[in-house]
Amino acid sequence: MQRLILKRLGLMVVMLLGLAVITFTVANIAPGDPARLAAGPDASPDMVEKIRVERGFDRALPVRFGLYLGQLAQGDLGTSVYTGRPVAQDIAVFLPATIELVLFSILIAVVLGVPFGVLAAVWQNHLPDHAIRFLSVSGVALPMFWLGLMLQWYLSLELGLFPLGGRLGTFDDVPTTITGMISIDALLVGDLATAGTALMHMVLPATALSFPALAAIIRVNRAEMLEVLGRDYVVNARAQGIGPFRIIAIYALKNAILPTLAMIGLRFGWMLGGTVLVESVFDFPGIGLYAAKAAISSDFEPIMAVTLILGAAFMLTNLLIDLMYALLDPRVRNQI
Amino acid sequence: MTDASLEPGPVAIREPMRFRETRRAIRTYSRSFSSMLGLVIVIVFLFIAAFGPWLAPYPQDAYGAIDFGAKLLPPSAEHWFGTDQVGSDILSRVLIGARTTLQIGVTVTGIAILIGVPLGLIAGMTSGWISEGIMRVTDIFLSIPGLILAIAIVGALGPGIINAMIALSLVWWPGYVRLVQAKTLSQRNETYVDAARALGAGPLRVVFVHVLPNCLSPIIVKASMDMGMAILGAASLGFLGLGAQPPYPEWGAMISTGRAYLPDWWWATFFPGLAIYLTVLGFNLMGDGLRDVFDPRQR
Repeated sequence: MQRLILKRLGLMVVMLLGLAVITFTVANIAPGDPARLAAGPDASPDMVEKIRVERGFDRALPVRFGLYLGQLAQGDLGTSVYTGRPVAQDIAVFLPATIELVLFSILIAVVLGVPFGVLAAVWQNHLPDHAIRFLSVSGVALPMFWLGLMLQWYLSLELGLFPLGGRLGTFDDVPTTITGMISIDALLVGDLATAGTALMHMVLPATALSFPALAAIIRVNRAEMLEVLGRDYVVNARAQGIGPFRIIAIYALKNAILPTLAMIGLRFGWMLGGTVLVESVFDFPGIGLYAAKAAISSDFEPIMAVTLILGAAFMLTNLLIDLMYALLDPRVRNQI
Repeated sequence: MTDASLEPGPVAIREPMRFRETRRAIRTYSRSFSSMLGLVIVIVFLFIAAFGPWLAPYPQDAYGAIDFGAKLLPPSAEHWFGTDQVGSDILSRVLIGARTTLQIGVTVTGIAILIGVPLGLIAGMTSGWISEGIMRVTDIFLSIPGLILAIAIVGALGPGIINAMIALSLVWWPGYVRLVQAKTLSQRNETYVDAARALGAGPLRVVFVHVLPNCLSPIIVKASMDMGMAILGAASLGFLGLGAQPPYPEWGAMISTGRAYLPDWWWATFFPGLAIYLTVLGFNLMGDGLRDVFDPRQR
């Protein structure tokens, strides 16, 4: 296990380096002048020259890549023209909101997806199966931003069930920042009302964000359950007179859940990408909205930084999932 | 001499078998309701993409003809999908937008295949640092959420529909490398490949005549799915204001403009989104159906 962890950590370092190469390349394929891009569209020629020297844009490419890595190592992600603050500082403010949203969204996807997958498998080729499979196929095909807009239109504008957007109402007190995730911070200080408000604000965006993952979880879990339910030990358990609920919920699901777990890890990265859309719809001040606003206003360094951060987050999740997989399944552990 | 006497045998047997296989495939495909639904949606979509300008009741509205007298009209007999904030007929814009959507899907998927498949073949057939290098680069690309990388690339190149397509293509190819490499790896030590080699087939012949045809079915299935996903990606970029720019008739951009008119003028947002949903659904269902045909074990 230790050897596995070391090996995967080593690989992760290589991957992170590769990620930096990609963001650096993207930043330098820009047809315009990189100093001009970093300075923003409204900068004066003097400012552009100042930034050119300051950030080393006048040096050779390999030297610049070295400088870039040096900056990254110091946690310097550049400056946002739009907010006027260091990007690292902005990200520190916005990232917790996005993580909170994605976690809530994963929770929705798992809480609905696993039982739906089981139901579909148990009722294979009957009405529940068809209905659930329709939901699952639609989940992938629905444009997330459109689903978000429709939910917002109907459930908040027409019925008034949920707030329109944002993380909290205008007059709500923001709890003291501990984790930066409002619902968790509020719970930590025992402020149930604020935690509830924060959760209510997340229901619609998280639902829209969860759809593709929900679809994937249903699909994988259904397929795995179908396979497991046909195995000899399940037949044996049945023959011993063990009740159907116990067989499905404990004997079968336990063995069917691993691929679902891996799927969640894979989906995590996609969800991080999806936050750009959902946060734009619900004006949810996370890293996705930050990236979307930056991209529109050609605020270059924040976009590169967000790409880097989300790529790194995705790699880290995959690493954790792989390790968890190895921990739970001895066959996987011994293979590596 | 021996060659000539050997050749006709296998060919003569192969032909009817292939015919029978095609019939079996069509039967499997057409038995599934959802696969057929996907096929019908895709055919309707292709038809609209081909004949959109002739089907649209107000074709001049597609590129933003302005008629403030008719702005924001609800769906009616004259305007089935209503009109938008400058009085353009939304049905016309949706119909003509189908062609844009098809172009995006075909371009992105096509470029991704052209880059990804050769790299996958090379990575699968060779071993050593070339193959290792290709796969590592692929892994790194796959580890960045695609939409974010696409946004970064569009951010660098500047917003616009061409740049959006370039960005999506650059994000899409790694999936094909993975797929083709895995498939090639499993094929390259098969007996039939050894046999071809023993008969004196060169590496290029082995790859293109023997290995590649056996990788085709998963590529086709993935391409069908990716058509839908690329359409979704382009619409997302359009929605964010990074893809097609209004008044260009692109569904994502239409939603982006229309959302300012929710909730009272919901049709400006609702119908373009429905069009995206149905189109993507069609390609996905078709891809699912094709997978069932090509790989019955996956079911």
